[in-house]
Amino acid sequence: MTNGWTDIQNADVILAMGGNPAENHPVGFRFVMEAKRNRGAKLVSVDPRFNRTSAVADSFTQIRAGTDIAFLAGLINYCFTHNRIQEEYVRLFTNATFIVHPQYEFKDDAGVFSGWDEATRKYDKSTWNYDIGPDGFAKVDPAMQDPRCVFQMMKHFYARYTPEMVSNICGCSVESFNRAADIITSTYPPDRVGTIMYALGWTHHSFSVQLIHAAAMLQLLLGNIGCAGGGLNALRGHSNIQGGTDCGMAYHNLPGYIAIPKQDQPDLKSFYATLLPKPLRPGVMNFTQNYDRFFVSQMKAYYGLNATNDNEFGYSWHPRLPNGAAPGTYENWSWAYIFDHMSNGMMEGLFSFGMNPVNNGPHSRKAIGALKKLKYLVVAENFETETASFWKPEIIALDEEGTSTADVRTEVFLLPASNFAEKDGSFVNSARWFAWKYKALDPPGDAKTDQEIIARIFLKVRDLYAKEGGKSPEPIRSLNWWYTNPFQPSLDEVAREINGWALGEVKDEKDPKTVVLKAGDQLGKFLDARADGTTLSGNWLYIGSYAAAGNLAQRRVNADPSGMKRFENWGYNWPANRRIMYNRCSADAKGQPWDPKRPVIRWNGEKWVGDVPDYKPDSPPEAGMGAFIMLPEGVARLFVPGQFAEGPFSEFYEPTESPVANVLHPRTSANPGVKPFKGKWDLLGKPDEFPIVATTYRLTEHFHYWTKNNAYSVQLQPEFFVEISEELAREKDLQSGDMVRITSARGSIQGKAMITKRIKPMQVAGKTVHQIGFPIHWGFLGRGKQTGGMANIVTPTIVDPNSFAPEYKGFLVKLEKV
Amino acid sequence: MTTQALEVKNASAGAASPGIRLTEPVAKLIDTSTCIGCKACEVACQEWNDLPAETTVNLGTYQTLPQMTPHFWNLIRFIEVEMNGQLHWLMRKDQCMHCSDPGCLKACPAPGAIVQYQNGIVDFQQENCIGCGYCIAGCPFNVPKLSGQTRKIYKCTLCVDRVSVGLEPACIKACPTNCLSFGTKDALLLKAQKRVDQLKSSGFEAAGIYDPQGVGGTGVVTVLAYADRPEAYGLPANPTIPMSVVLWKQPLKWIGNLAILGGIVGAFLHYLRYGPKHVPEGEKSKQAAGGGPA
Repeated sequence: MTNGWTDIQNADVILAMGGNPAENHPVGFRFVMEAKRNRGAKLVSVDPRFNRTSAVADSFTQIRAGTDIAFLAGLINYCFTHNRIQEEYVRLFTNATFIVHPQYEFKDDAGVFSGWDEATRKYDKSTWNYDIGPDGFAKVDPAMQDPRCVFQMMKHFYARYTPEMVSNICGCSVESFNRAADIITSTYPPDRVGTIMYALGWTHHSFSVQLIHAAAMLQLLLGNIGCAGGGLNALRGHSNIQGGTDCGMAYHNLPGYIAIPKQDQPDLKSFYATLLPKPLRPGVMNFTQNYDRFFVSQMKAYYGLNATNDNEFGYSWHPRLPNGAAPGTYENWSWAYIFDHMSNGMMEGLFSFGMNPVNNGPHSRKAIGALKKLKYLVVAENFETETASFWKPEIIALDEEGTSTADVRTEVFLLPASNFAEKDGSFVNSARWFAWKYKALDPPGDAKTDQEIIARIFLKVRDLYAKEGGKSPEPIRSLNWWYTNPFQPSLDEVAREINGWALGEVKDEKDPKTVVLKAGDQLGKFLDARADGTTLSGNWLYIGSYAAAGNLAQRRVNADPSGMKRFENWGYNWPANRRIMYNRCSADAKGQPWDPKRPVIRWNGEKWVGDVPDYKPDSPPEAGMGAFIMLPEGVARLFVPGQFAEGPFSEFYEPTESPVANVLHPRTSANPGVKPFKGKWDLLGKPDEFPIVATTYRLTEHFHYWTKNNAYSVQLQPEFFVEISEELAREKDLQSGDMVRITSARGSIQGKAMITKRIKPMQVAGKTVHQIGFPIHWGFLGRGKQTGGMANIVTPTIVDPNSFAPEYKGFLVKLEKV
Repeated sequence: MTTQALEVKNASAGAASPGIRLTEPVAKLIDTSTCIGCKACEVACQEWNDLPAETTVNLGTYQTLPQMTPHFWNLIRFIEVEMNGQLHWLMRKDQCMHCSDPGCLKACPAPGAIVQYQNGIVDFQQENCIGCGYCIAGCPFNVPKLSGQTRKIYKCTLCVDRVSVGLEPACIKACPTNCLSFGTKDALLLKAQKRVDQLKSSGFEAAGIYDPQGVGGTGVVTVLAYADRPEAYGLPANPTIPMSVVLWKQPLKWIGNLAILGGIVGAFLHYLRYGPKHVPEGEKSKQAAGGGPA
């Protein structure tokens, strides 16, 4: 979230799209209701189904699963055609004024951007850039009139997305689109603010990153980013998924979103060359230039005294991402790729903690076939899972025909682990609030906490390296395992380490005679970190969370002195306890709030006051530092230079499996940036055999594959079901409660038919298209009547080329009565 | 359930002792326009009241069960309906309405099996319940449920054990969207009216409060966006106590009493006229052998 849950109360308009917050975030959804009750806010729901959120919305529009970019592009076009743009905001805070590279273009009929090579199906992205002047800075036109400026290019690019085009792609009526567009874009005046709440309905596509990009563009045009009640808010799907992502869960990032070193970066210098960008406009902060401080401090956290200036702080011990087969590429170890590598016999072992890959990855059959190739599998869980039991006859039978338990050679260890209530620690919520939690009860039997399991494995491995040497002992033997109880590191100590402390005297950078921190002092702010090895910090984002005042995640002060729902003394809000990111955008060129009734920060003549400014605290507004301090442009990117796989603007591509060809450019129907896997499992279906669009989702009554072990949750939603429109039910002669079979190119599952008015057939590209949906929560194991269709048996292995999220939503199936 | 600290205003089949404490009627407010059907109230009710989980099947709806059961006193009803040219997915928390004039209590022949406290809560006292099921016939909302296991009747207690010690009912505490609230009935009616006014200004011209006077008003006040169509939410438009119960408890009761009196008078006159009854010897020995009444 750029903003936060409590801030949603400040919104005038709330767009719930690509998410179903009433279903999946019912507790946070309270703040939507408060906005409705207290401000008369309007809630707009756009979804493939009329869902729980739609039930309390002021407007609902049904769209075909996977067509969200077309809908958002239609809204962008609506802003341009109806002059619903907060122009001064756009000029000040976005790259709308920037001139693009002279050779950049989009070929309308082909559906590709400049640099596309049809033969190799690859992009040369060099033209996806700005026109750089002789001074090294990007050229700009503050009047935004130059036909090559981003504003004009964007206006032209999105002019194709008329309401009629949106209707033809998405399957909604023109009237329904216009009704929704009128409410959503009504927030363009400075004193009106709208927010967007999205979740996996946007991220589970083969164009998910571009989808979020389109939404960000819309919010920037409307002047909604950085303001109270605004922003672009990702609702995270688990209680601590935000904390996990922050702390380096994804393979390509280190903790704090620092890009992982690569194989062809043999030393710190070559690593820094790509890590630290040059500014693209004069006077910008370009905060990323400080990443050397944060990287070295992280290396000190890993290797302690063993990380020295002479050994480049242990850089050579740190894992580096291997080069890929093609030059200039690197290996991919994201989720779907891990299972592809495993399937190809590239892996010997897997540790699976708090995950159930057989159920939650795409294409369960591929996952089961892959696990079979492992030498060993270690699962730490508080329940038996399908993954730990993949070798059981009924599950292994999903592998190829004839595979039985006797064919499995994998050694499987199921370690009993405590659950979230059986250990202390922290959760970081969607709003980036770092909150401490306390153990409610002891884990049962031999169950141990995750940190104890990891610590005991680590200490044994380290002993083995000490005794037997081994291939590469330094990274293990040099690790800084300083915890008071090495077998069960206290999470309070880990939290202190994540924040970090001074290892020696830290001096003021401008005045080296002044000592800022003594050895042992906790770091208080980002720039306390040093690149010379005098500080240690596990994750720079959390610097300040455990400073001199102690563990601020434990704060529970529910006072709101500003009345703006900030609650600044509740927990700790990274970065720097800032509640609203990009909050410089909440104020005009003079530093005064666009909406005086909803101030976030303001310039008082000397400094910025209000929320913790996302800006240099004493930089006057007229200095024009740029509101997006992390970017070398200093402004938000409507046009994104060279970063994404499929283009600098967000274009609508059909899902990989689609009932129709892309009406804009049938030659390039699906995302050209996608690289499909090519194994025997990676099958795709065609609409003549699989004519129905399917989407998957979660239910409020269940949490993933976990609550199928809880009798109370099971009673609330006892059986796997498929939501089917009344029209399709008539065609298939179905009644509610009948058993139906869903089949995709990958497999088939059965469930109860739920005939509903909440899904309707659509007219798409001149063709009637039916859509069905089903939830994910069932499987093979559970302490109750909870066996049933496992949704991911039918989902494809296609992933987004930027985020590598699988396309769990918007794929093709056929439906039969059993 | 717990009767400590609460005075009983009415009880079935007998008069309650009048209380002297000032007790305001309490109520629950259900704002159906902000209910998202999350079912947190369903589970909170079961957990607080130590009720076992039900075995359910999917019936082609999100609704947990077709009706409330002896173990399930709080059921969200999910109703798909088209009104004013728009699809609505109505979600309403169904439970005992805690009527001011409770038909169940009126119908109950077992002394003290159903009580109404001074604060308006209608509560079943299972130790006095004879399982006759008359309360089921007396309820216009189809709430009381007979347990096949214990042969007693169960329903929502409005968490009288929590309320009597100053806590809100469990369902209220669990509600994430604040569509449920608890307080004195007067305060909640004001709150409900405020929400109704808001709904009206957002275009729901028929918005209103459901507090049916046919049962003297209810302890569960419901805000409906379409108050002109309570049936769409599964609520009776004009609930009243069934005529059979009313007759039985009022005119027919006197006829019954008259009949009993007539019987006693008749027996006395019979005695005066014919003297004590003489049982033949054979009959006497049959009774002594343990025959007992047929």
